[in-house]
Amino acid sequence: MTFLAEFIYIIAAVLFVVGLKRMNKPATARRGNQMSSIGMFLAILGTLIHFDILTPEYILIGMVIGSAVGVILARVVKMTEMPQMVALLNGFGGIASLLVGWAEYHKNPSADLYTAVTTFLTVVVGGLTFSGSVIAWAKLKEVMSGKPILFPGQQVVNAAVLLSVVVGGVIFSIDPANNYPIFIGLMAVGLILGVTSVIPIGGADMPVVISLLNSYSGIAGCLAGFVIQNTVLIVTGSLVGASGIILTNIMCKAMNRSLANVLFSGFGSVTTQGKSEKKGEVKSLSAQDAYMVLESSGSVVFVPGYGLAVAQAQHACHELASLLQKNGTEVTFAIHPVAGRMPGHMNVLLAEANVSYDLLKEMDDVNPTIDQVDVAIVIGANDVVNPAAREDKTSPIYGMPIINVDKAKNVIVMKRSMAAGFAGIENPLFYKENTKMLFGDAKAVLQELVSEFKKS
Amino acid sequence: MTLDIMTVLPFLLMIFVVAILLGTEVISKVPSILHTPLMSGSNAISGITVVAALVAAGEGHNWVSTMLGTAAVAFAMINVVGGYLVTNRMLEMFKKHEEPKK
Repeated sequence: MTFLAEFIYIIAAVLFVVGLKRMNKPATARRGNQMSSIGMFLAILGTLIHFDILTPEYILIGMVIGSAVGVILARVVKMTEMPQMVALLNGFGGIASLLVGWAEYHKNPSADLYTAVTTFLTVVVGGLTFSGSVIAWAKLKEVMSGKPILFPGQQVVNAAVLLSVVVGGVIFSIDPANNYPIFIGLMAVGLILGVTSVIPIGGADMPVVISLLNSYSGIAGCLAGFVIQNTVLIVTGSLVGASGIILTNIMCKAMNRSLANVLFSGFGSVTTQGKSEKKGEVKSLSAQDAYMVLESSGSVVFVPGYGLAVAQAQHACHELASLLQKNGTEVTFAIHPVAGRMPGHMNVLLAEANVSYDLLKEMDDVNPTIDQVDVAIVIGANDVVNPAAREDKTSPIYGMPIINVDKAKNVIVMKRSMAAGFAGIENPLFYKENTKMLFGDAKAVLQELVSEFKKS
Repeated sequence: MTLDIMTVLPFLLMIFVVAILLGTEVISKVPSILHTPLMSGSNAISGITVVAALVAAGEGHNWVSTMLGTAAVAFAMINVVGGYLVTNRMLEMFKKHEEPKK
């Protein structure tokens, strides 16, 4: 029986790896995800058969309830809310690992050193994944303020929490049988650690936090695998752990900041007023003028930011893009790695609005030829097109890679007002010679442009 | 199952290291256009904790462990089912259009 289960686990692990590999192309990704889900089904089935588990009915009830909630969540979530959804699911994975660790310990408190160490690590990482994810969810959902929460002595508190994990962990691991209260304390400290480590991080940095929590949930699963000495848990836990770390790294690079800076600096807590000496005149234009410009241009690059999603303007944007294409204009979408609220978020939002994925280009593919583009249309993006990141050494975002729209022949910036972006940084792009501002709600403005096109 | 841990541990660590290397190799090839589905998909995979939860709940030594394990099963299943379905929903939307519509 053990052999059969191990054999099934190997098949499952292969399906997970091949499934992830197929995620490297949009055309094969869906099959990949399905393969991965078959792997999961086999792993669960194998476990049930191997351990002869169907007896306590509670387990079936647990599975049914969990699946039902999962189905409902997956159906009702809006694509703009994906970051919250992923945060929440991460959190559930984390709490599951914590509960597993607790159940294993309760079953056999007089465990050996190895089991004690892995169990305590599982509950701490599981707990921190859970509470950290809940805070990230609350910030994204705007249940709580997206601003970093900082208080005097924060570093001291964090250090104390970490220290108590280490000390408590050592005491517990030496003598697990007589230290149930310390075990409970460790779970509590893990939960506190999740809260204290996520509250100082600003809403704009949530893509990094989500990636990191994703990695933690993998690590928690992997640790639980070490506790029960289960190979499929170790394999898949490490796969997810690696995936989260890679994405975290990509996000940090895209913001030109170190992980430490994201986690500890409280970026965005102070609104940098900037030296607001006027760098030129702001020129605005009307939708009709914009239509005239677009109508005669050979190539257009859309640069969407999260403001596009907030205004729910994806569909209007797609309609305009289609009309431009019909008019013989070459259209692409340039997507900055941190556009949206999680890695790759903007691509999903545009895919939902029926934009063909071969039009979606990465920053590095667009920048080399952007000086040949007739019009760059910036919609609800600000910091990711701010030339200060390239030119102004005193700017807080100096060094961050940006989409160089200011080098395009013409730039049209759709924006509600002249207010600064999320990080509160002045944007010299708006004052450039080749930039025109098109003020208004992104959706309304795009619809106006669409009707101008349809009139002709 | 319960072999001497010192014989098993190197083997488990070996699996761990190989899986990390493999994961890094496979995932760094995923283009940024698919990062959100990648994340929710790998998130679903991390619901593999459900296997551990089933074991914890199923061995039925005492009711506390069974209850904790059952709760873990429920949470992990939300993670698994929700993660796979929402990933599928997203990937369905990624289409290539030969001709612009209308």
